[in-house]
Amino acid sequence: MLPDIITMIPIYIMGRKYEVPQGLTILKAMEFAGYELRRGCGCRGGVCGACVTMYRKRGTYQLNVGLACQTVTEPDMYLMQLPFVPAHKAIYAIKSVLANDSNIIKLYPELMRCLQCNTCSKSCPMELDVMGYVAAAMRADLEKVVELSMECVMCGMCAARCPAELSPFNIALLIRRMYGRYVLPASPQLERRLNEIREGKFAEEIEHLKKADEAEMIERFKEFQATKGEAAVELTKGKP
Amino acid sequence: MGQSFPLLNLAEKALLLETYHPDFRLAEKREIPVGPNKGGLAPKELVDLLESPSRLVPEAIDLTEVGYKTDVLIIGSGGAGVTAALTARETGAEVLLATKLRLGDSNTIMAEGGIAAATLPDDSPVIHYVDTMVGGRGKNTPELVDALVNDAPFIVEWLTSLGVNFDRLPDGSYYAHMPAGHSRRRSHSVKDLTGLEFMRVLCDEVRNRQIDVLEFSPAVELLLDDQGQCAGAVLFDFDTEQYFPVEAKATILATGGMGRLHPQGFPTSNHYGATADGLIMAYRAGAPLLYIDFVQYHPTGVAWPEQMLGLLVSEAVRAQGAQVVSADGEIFVDRLETRDALSAAIIRECGERGKGVLTPTGMVGIWLDTPLIDLMGGEGTFMRRFAGIHGRFKKYGIDPIHEPILIYPTQHYQNGGIRVNINGETDIPNLYAAGEVAGGVHGHNRLGANSLVDIFVFGRRSGTHAAQKVGGVEIGKWSLEHVRAYNTSLMEAAIASEISSPMLLPDYRYERALSTVQHTKGR
Repeated sequence: MLPDIITMIPIYIMGRKYEVPQGLTILKAMEFAGYELRRGCGCRGGVCGACVTMYRKRGTYQLNVGLACQTVTEPDMYLMQLPFVPAHKAIYAIKSVLANDSNIIKLYPELMRCLQCNTCSKSCPMELDVMGYVAAAMRADLEKVVELSMECVMCGMCAARCPAELSPFNIALLIRRMYGRYVLPASPQLERRLNEIREGKFAEEIEHLKKADEAEMIERFKEFQATKGEAAVELTKGKP
Repeated sequence: MGQSFPLLNLAEKALLLETYHPDFRLAEKREIPVGPNKGGLAPKELVDLLESPSRLVPEAIDLTEVGYKTDVLIIGSGGAGVTAALTARETGAEVLLATKLRLGDSNTIMAEGGIAAATLPDDSPVIHYVDTMVGGRGKNTPELVDALVNDAPFIVEWLTSLGVNFDRLPDGSYYAHMPAGHSRRRSHSVKDLTGLEFMRVLCDEVRNRQIDVLEFSPAVELLLDDQGQCAGAVLFDFDTEQYFPVEAKATILATGGMGRLHPQGFPTSNHYGATADGLIMAYRAGAPLLYIDFVQYHPTGVAWPEQMLGLLVSEAVRAQGAQVVSADGEIFVDRLETRDALSAAIIRECGERGKGVLTPTGMVGIWLDTPLIDLMGGEGTFMRRFAGIHGRFKKYGIDPIHEPILIYPTQHYQNGGIRVNINGETDIPNLYAAGEVAGGVHGHNRLGANSLVDIFVFGRRSGTHAAQKVGGVEIGKWSLEHVRAYNTSLMEAAIASEISSPMLLPDYRYERALSTVQHTKGR
């Protein structure tokens, strides 16, 4: 039984009307309506992109986009989920794709067809500046692409809506991978640590600890805790 | 600001856990009536599934029509599954990756905080080892922890080489923070989107390597041959609703945890598909479970707004300075206690002490004082580190930069799982388990940031080992005989279950969609 305090509102799932309690997300409203979701539902926490949904509100011309798990229903919403988008993804070996613009264009030549119409940005449920990162990709500003696309949940809505037929989210993914592998500086400290492990520097002590009793383990733990310093250092504002 | 609360000593912590931690409520556990762990305890929600017959009626499926044949079948496509697939392929095996929902759908994608690895100069695998053992209450399998801490820095290198954009300091060194229970800064992050970045890159790599992926095809039972070796699995096609067998020389279970069973009625931070399928299949096939009655409740699940109930607020938020505060504005526990102790303290504060905050839907929560982050770290710190968290709250008119948020413990992780060795091998020949579905490495309580490293370490180890082994594997005549035998043992124990398993997906239809009704029962 529903609690008395709940107010019901009408929504339309693929054109069919349902009465659902006010305040539910689109995802829960669909479940309340009786849908057992297999496609169109994933993490339920706004990061996986499975539940991207297009909707119009009655009486308005705008076409809206939102993640079903994050968007609260409103009266007279007309909903359609888009659980799969046939997007283009180039196949490449990251080991041989160096970070430069010619490789981006080689893998995604259609990038230059961008009309700068901004439909992609307007279609992004994460409200990313998609057109901004596509423009940055065109001028091979990799850092800008990383910055503007980092929160992309790969739902594919930009690819579904792009009149120039780009798959912007896959282009951004290529560039983020190039940037992470080739542009971010290597860490000499990590290399030192890997060598220490290869040389077996810690092996003897860990072998000993594997047989240590609880008292010794706790003693060592206290010793390490006493010298632990600050939990977090501040990330620098500038880029590395 | 600048206030602190003394860390609990070990005796105080033990008493707090025994009195308030959900794991110690014996009434919430039941004995497993049949199988390798017969007589052992497990959360009653899991026992309900373990003592139900298979959803697959062995007589109703034609096993002569083999759907696929492969060297290595990987079930599940979170961090452990995709890593096992990539590694097995790299080692030269033919690979089939089957997954219940889409490629990459998993708890991994939701991980905000970071991946633990002793990379910084003041850290070492020795310290990581000790922290992990103490965090696990000394119950961890030492060999597994040894593998975990020594492989961890190599995982950071591997992910970087694949193009993961780890947070860095100006000199190129890795930025790392110190989650609760760790003695050094060693959690490597990608803002608050660490798992999302990992999965985007790894799934892209799976596609680049053109590995065969079967989406919307959950496994429902394993196949065993006449020698008792695992010989693959029966998958269920979610679209056509047909069952079909896949024959494999090695099978790697990477199906994740049990959050969507909602142990003890708790909300969960877990993915929609976290329904313990791997545990059920492996157990029916005869694989023992380890520490399966130990469940992790993350202290900072969202209590309000209702739409976000149970979702996680990363532990990194506390590492960055946010305090946990009662309705009276008092600090009652150190913000960097381990997850088990902090959850117990919050449950005590909201329950017995009556210092919780009542939400409009009848939940009780406690304050997480997020504005401290900018007050201590300078304006802009919260946005630089936690833009994702900010965005999710902002949709509901809550600004965590300037106002505290309400939290309550949420089911987060299954500490135990299928017993494995350092190669990810279970007790069943040719059956492997990696990631949350496996047990032992975390003992009774996992430390933050140790699961993101676990999935890669044991995903790689099981993928490599399986691929190397398959050349010498001869599969005999396989069947679902063990499923029949298990069903019979249930009948002999006079157990009448109204459900079947594995569950595959939780049922949230109709009134169950109103989670306040569902998840607050049993508190």
